[in-house]
Amino acid sequence: MSFIQLAFYFFAAVTVFAAAMVITIRNPVKAALFLVLAFVSAACVWLTLEAEFLAIVLVLVYVGAVMVLFLFVVMMLDINLSRLREGFGEYLPIGGLVAVLMVLEMAIVLSTDDFSEQRLPRPEAHTEGYSNTKELGRLLYTFYVYPFEIAALILLVAIIAAIALTLRKRPETKYQNPAKQVSVRRDDRVRLVKMGAERKRDES
Amino acid sequence: MIPLSHYLILGAILFALSVVGIFLNRKNVVILLMAIELLLLAVNVNFVAFSHYLQDTAGQVFVFFILTVAAAESAIGLAILIVLFRNRRSINVEDLDTLKG
Repeated sequence: MSFIQLAFYFFAAVTVFAAAMVITIRNPVKAALFLVLAFVSAACVWLTLEAEFLAIVLVLVYVGAVMVLFLFVVMMLDINLSRLREGFGEYLPIGGLVAVLMVLEMAIVLSTDDFSEQRLPRPEAHTEGYSNTKELGRLLYTFYVYPFEIAALILLVAIIAAIALTLRKRPETKYQNPAKQVSVRRDDRVRLVKMGAERKRDES
Repeated sequence: MIPLSHYLILGAILFALSVVGIFLNRKNVVILLMAIELLLLAVNVNFVAFSHYLQDTAGQVFVFFILTVAAAESAIGLAILIVLFRNRRSINVEDLDTLKG
């Protein structure tokens, strides 16, 4: 067994274990941490497929941004766990049956001759100087430039939607209105009062 | 060497696990969102495997787009979750019955 085979089976096993823990563990914070483990080991599986750029992006974007967001939200919410766990065991048999059936069906399809090593051999390793990142960038900025721009637009929409959803005006908070501050005039602040001169009282 | 089918079976197992996760945790919105992330990861594993074995980089470009959309989806999903918790004081799916559907 070569090193790459060993690495693949190890990381695949860790990924499956972490995924199983995500869906069964009681504490949502621990589930998020196991999801991090699943993503990192999936990135290692992608490394055995020579998809270096995507493996790094998965760790950076998913583990670095999305999972941190998940952890923030999970820790911020005060969740009543016992109510959420109701019916957990109730659906376990049917869920497990569906899962086993799905995996079995896929295994039957995939063990046919069409996916065998003779039919689809593993391609030769790339020559020295080949850069996965460069190749992806070349493709992304030429052939897929229009979908790329749409992806940017989707991210912009996500930003605006997330802010618009969570933004709220509280009537009790005191805040400054810069527009009002700038547009203030002299008459709003200063009032000149005309009054007669006062005579100083004699002290002696 | 590792045949393509092993990568695809890994993807299938991940997919099945996340479907079971949706079955089991059907009251907890946070775990539901995590299961959706796992589902997309399973699809991405298949894409990367096919991209490598067919020597077509387009598969990896698609994974890139899927990652983008998944990040946007989880951001909006978590925002909705926070608004939901603010209004209902719970994230139980059963409490979402305003529409009486």
